[in-house]
Amino acid sequence: MFEALGQRPADLLRSLLPVIGLVAVMLGIYSYRPNAASYIGFNLLLTYAIPVALAAFAQMFIIAAGDIDLSIGNFVSLVTCIVAVVLPASPVLGGAILLLLVLAYAAMGMLIHARRLPSIVVTLGFSFIWLGIAVLILPRPGGLAPDWLAALVRIRTPLAPLPVWALFVLSLLGHLLLQRWSFGIVLRGVGGNPKAVARAGWSVLRAKAVLYGLAGFFGVLSGLVLTGIATSGDANLAPNYTLLSVAAVILGGGEFVGGKVSPVGTVLGAMTLVLMNSLLTFMNVNSDWQLAAQGLILIAVLAARTAISKLETRSAHAHVKLSIGR
Amino acid sequence: MPMSSSALGDSLRRRPWAWSFIGAAVVWLLTLGLSNGAGAVQSLQTALFFAMFYAIVGLGQMFVITSGPGNIDLSVPSVMTLAGLVGMAVMAQNNAAILPGLGGALAIGLVIGAVNFGLIALLRIPPIVATLAMSFIVQSVAIAAGGAATLKPPALLNQIAVARFLGVPVLPFLMIAVAGLMVLVLRRTLFGRAVLAVGQSERAAWLAGLNAGRTRFYVYVLSGGLAALAGVLLAAFSGGASLDIGSQYQLASIAVVVVGGTSVLGGRAYPQGVWGASLFLYALVNLLNLAVVKFGLGSAGPGIRLILTGVMIVAIVAIARDAD
Repeated sequence: MFEALGQRPADLLRSLLPVIGLVAVMLGIYSYRPNAASYIGFNLLLTYAIPVALAAFAQMFIIAAGDIDLSIGNFVSLVTCIVAVVLPASPVLGGAILLLLVLAYAAMGMLIHARRLPSIVVTLGFSFIWLGIAVLILPRPGGLAPDWLAALVRIRTPLAPLPVWALFVLSLLGHLLLQRWSFGIVLRGVGGNPKAVARAGWSVLRAKAVLYGLAGFFGVLSGLVLTGIATSGDANLAPNYTLLSVAAVILGGGEFVGGKVSPVGTVLGAMTLVLMNSLLTFMNVNSDWQLAAQGLILIAVLAARTAISKLETRSAHAHVKLSIGR
Repeated sequence: MPMSSSALGDSLRRRPWAWSFIGAAVVWLLTLGLSNGAGAVQSLQTALFFAMFYAIVGLGQMFVITSGPGNIDLSVPSVMTLAGLVGMAVMAQNNAAILPGLGGALAIGLVIGAVNFGLIALLRIPPIVATLAMSFIVQSVAIAAGGAATLKPPALLNQIAVARFLGVPVLPFLMIAVAGLMVLVLRRTLFGRAVLAVGQSERAAWLAGLNAGRTRFYVYVLSGGLAALAGVLLAAFSGGASLDIGSQYQLASIAVVVVGGTSVLGGRAYPQGVWGASLFLYALVNLLNLAVVKFGLGSAGPGIRLILTGVMIVAIVAIARDAD
C-alpha cells in the first residue's frame, strides 16, 4: 500500500524524466515555430539526431561496461573521412578499413580490461590516434559521400519522416539487445558486478570485447550517416559528439556507477540535445552561449534526478518507520 | 648479479615515479642523437619551461585523482583559458597591474574549483560530468568575454616568465621547489595525509574521524587555482592569452599524473613523478617534431605526430601499470 503511494511515484518520475525533457523542448520549439510540427519540420529538426543517437549508443555500451569513452567524437570524424575518401574510390578497401576500426575498438576494450587500465586515459590516448589517422587521410575538409549514401539519408518515408522511423527502430533494437536478449543481461552485468558475471561462468574479457565492439560498430554507423548528411568528410567534424554522447546517455537515465543504461532513454536524450540546439537558435541565444546552455541543462537534469532520489529514500524511511510503528 | 638486479627491481617497484625520469632521459638522448648532439644545454632549458606548464596543472590534477576513485578535473583547459584572458585583460599591458591581474585570475580558478566541488558533493553529479559541464560553461564565458583577440601580457610579466639566473631558468626551478614542497605536504601534513587516506578508503578515513567532503573541497579548489596560475604564466610566457591556449592540457594534465606513477584509483601520489612525466611528455613531443622534420615527412607530419603521441601514451600507461 505504502509502496504504491511512497516509492512508485519517485520511480515513475525518474523514468519519465527523459520524456518530460523532450516534451518541454518540443513545446518550446512549437511556441517559436508552430509550423515545425509537420513532416518537413520534423525531418529538418531531427536529421542530425540520427548520427548523435548512434554515437550516443556507442557511448552507452562503454558506460554499460563501467567505463567512459572520450574518443568517440574523433572516431566518428575519422569514419567520415574514410567514407568520403576511401569508400567511393574502393568500396572493398573502405569496408575493410571500417571493419578493422570496429575490431580495433574491441581490442581497446580487451586491453583496458586485461591490464585493468583507466578507460579515461586510454580513450583520450586513442582520440589522438583517430585524429592522426583522419588528418593523414584528409588533411583538409573535403571528399564526397557515395551517391547511394547521400540518397539513403534523404529517402522520403511514408507516415513519418526518416529520422522518426530511424530513431524508433534504433530504440527498439537497443531495447531488444540489452533488455530482452539473454546475453544482453550478461553485458549489462559487466558494468554492475563483473565478479558475479565471472562466477556465473561468463568471460568478462569476451563481454568487454563485445561491448567495445558494439560501440565501434555504432560509431561507424554514426560516421556513415553523418557523411551522408554532410556529403563530405572532415577530421574535425564531430569532436563535440564526445560530450553530446555522454550527455545523451546520462539524460536518458544512465549512470556511471554500476553501468546502468537505458537504450530508449539514450535515444530520447540525443533527440532532446539536438532539438535543444535548434530551440536555442530560435530563441536568438548567441552561439557563444550554446555550449554553456548544454552544460547547464546537463547539471539541471542530474540535480533533478538527485532530488528525486532523495525524495525516494525519505519515503522509504517513512515506510520503515510506519512498519515499525505497527 | 641476480641479487643486484632484483634489488634494482625492488627499488623501482617502491619508486614507480622513477620510470618517468628514465623515460625522459632516454627520449632526450634519442633527440640528441637525432640532432647530432647540437644544442644540448639549450634544449634542456626549453624543456624545463614547457614541462613546467604540464607540471603545474598536473600537480592539481594529481591531488584530485588521489582523493578517490572517479575523482577527476576536466575543467583544467577552460580554467586556464579564462584565467589567462582575465589576467591579461586586467593587466592591460600595464606593469603596475600585474598583481591585481594575477589575483583576479587566481580567484576565478579557486571559485570554479569550489563550484566543481559543489556540483559533485551537493548535487551528487559524477566528477567527470560535473567538471566537463563546468568546463563548457567556463569556455562559453571565455568566448563571450574574450572573443577571438589575443591579449598581450605586460612587458615585466613576460620578463619574469622567461627570466634566467646564471643560465638557469628561474620559474621552472621555483615550480620544482613547489613539487618538492608537495611531497612534504603529502607525507607530513594533516591535509596531505587526509587526501591519501580518503583516496584509499573513504569509509576507513571516516572512521578515523576525517572529513572526506572538506578534504575534496580543498583538492578541487587547489586544482582550479593551479590551472589558473598555469593559464596566466602560459599567457605571459607565450606572448598572449587566446581561446585555444589550454586545449592541449586536457590529456596532458591526466597523462603526466598517470605516467608519473600516481595511482588512478587514488590513495597513492608522487609529485616528483608529475615533473618526471612532464619532462618526458615534452621531450617526446619535441622528438616527434624533430623526427618529422629530419625524415622529411612534410604534410604527413602532423598526422603521424598525433598517432605516435597517442600510441606512446597508451603504451606507457599499459606498461607502467605493472608497478602496482
